[in-house]
Amino acid sequence: MSLVSRYLEENGIPTVIIGAARDIVEHCGVARLLFVDFPLGNPCGEPEKLAMQRSIFGQALALLETAEGPNTTVRAPYDWSGGERWKDLIFTQEQPFQDPDEEVEWKEKKELYRKLKAEGKT
Amino acid sequence: MTHVKYIDRTREYYLSQGYEKPYRWANFDDTPFTPLKKPLAESRVTLVSTSEIAVRSWDDQRTPLEKGEAANVYSVSADTPVEELYSQTFDYDKHATSLDDVNTYFPITRLHEAAASGRIGSVAPTLYGVYNAYSQRKTREIDAPEVLRRCRDEDVDLAILTPV
Repeated sequence: MSLVSRYLEENGIPTVIIGAARDIVEHCGVARLLFVDFPLGNPCGEPEKLAMQRSIFGQALALLETAEGPNTTVRAPYDWSGGERWKDLIFTQEQPFQDPDEEVEWKEKKELYRKLKAEGKT
Repeated sequence: MTHVKYIDRTREYYLSQGYEKPYRWANFDDTPFTPLKKPLAESRVTLVSTSEIAVRSWDDQRTPLEKGEAANVYSVSADTPVEELYSQTFDYDKHATSLDDVNTYFPITRLHEAAASGRIGSVAPTLYGVYNAYSQRKTREIDAPEVLRRCRDEDVDLAILTPV
């Protein structure tokens, strides 16, 4: 996503990313990031919380107006209502990221990509 | 509590899973920046997302990769009813949350609301999905230019980007 943002910015289209993986986006470097400190999956607000979603979307629009230069990160002022435990558990042995079936499918996709690449199709 | 350091966390995690070569996240010295060219209230806005957003009524639910297509970019009409949308991705924290509410990662309803209230000029006719590629080169050389081309075709002024 960050690479697409950079390309659009290079070519004259302003962008804002609404994202949860702050370190990854900032490592790449983008024009504007609205950082929402939520679990991967809901960067635009918690499910069914419309007021929060509207507020976050509004903050992203405001950031388009207010950012004066690149690498501008604003943190949305919300904490995940289910607590912070997810931060300790994500990508740990205790809680594998993918269940076994998903991992098989993920590996199949990766293999398919390698095959297409070898055939010069991608 | 501070934010999760995904680069460190995933490096350790995949090492422990037997993947020895750590993923090299993209990194650059400079960051491009384009200031707004006109007020938001006059701007045409699109969404671009890597959330693997999909439309239930599509006849072919395969990803471009599965179809053997070169570009990972696809279009979703902005007037698609939100009930028709869902995500095909596994890459989210399924222990902490769900993807049942599309607007939590593809804020199409919020975008239409912003146009209805006059906060933005208009919603672009087309919104975009980009499947995550395994190759950064491909993202830079094929997918990103394809997003740009489609945005220019529809005179898009601004893009809101949402990873999942």
